[in-house]
Amino acid sequence: MITLGDYLIVSGILFVIGFAGVLLRRNIIIIFMALELMLNAANLSLVAFSRFRLGPDGLPNYNAQVLVFFIITVAAAEVAVGLAIIVALFRVRRTTHVEDINTLKF
Amino acid sequence: MSSLLFWTFAIVMIGFGGAVIINRNPIASALSLVVSFLGLSVLFVSLNAFFIGVIQVLVYAGAVMVLFLFIIMLLDLRAEKIRKINWLTFGGGVIVSLCLLVQILAVIGSTKMAKQPFPPLASPRMDDVRSVGLLLFENYNLPFQIIAVLVLVATIGVIVLSKRELR
Repeated sequence: MITLGDYLIVSGILFVIGFAGVLLRRNIIIIFMALELMLNAANLSLVAFSRFRLGPDGLPNYNAQVLVFFIITVAAAEVAVGLAIIVALFRVRRTTHVEDINTLKF
Repeated sequence: MSSLLFWTFAIVMIGFGGAVIINRNPIASALSLVVSFLGLSVLFVSLNAFFIGVIQVLVYAGAVMVLFLFIIMLLDLRAEKIRKINWLTFGGGVIVSLCLLVQILAVIGSTKMAKQPFPPLASPRMDDVRSVGLLLFENYNLPFQIIAVLVLVATIGVIVLSKRELR
């Protein structure tokens, strides 16, 4: 029998994979993909709780699904802006490697 | 959904999610991300969230991934050359990630709620697009319109950013 905990564990592992990607990878596009993984892990746990906490009418709690809808929209806008920034950066510096971009480094 | 299907798709999702950050070639990473998102949308469907599952495939596996692949091809990125790894920062990152994993698993393991199975739904035939839509346009009308403005601002911002000379 699948419990709520199974979904939360899967979601937690996916979040840790994204977190490790942001910390360990040096290619800025891969870092961006890892950010998307973390957002999706949060979505999975939200939907699992929505199915777990039924409303008074016996249907899933749709407030969580509306929140997931908003998260997906904001994430799509964020990807568009972020990739435009990466393209603008690449035009100036000819690199996507974060260790080559150290002008602001103290 | 039976537990066999759940674990199959969960392992597919986590395996390809790991492949995203392990692959050296950005295109292989992007394609692994597509498979990972498809597995995730199957998990959404298994939670009776059909609308979110469809949106996940359309927005992520469709639009966002095309954007990623387009940018990778536009920048003509090759597989990364092997650089000298700073083992101190690499080890620090691994340790911090493992600590986070242990902490998340400990919190889930110590919660009573996590050991309960999902309660049965009242009616197996449910209309979740209708329910989400009603809630979205009645209770969340203002956030919905704010999101619309946000998407408009993002569109204008992308056009401004991709001009040749920034001033």
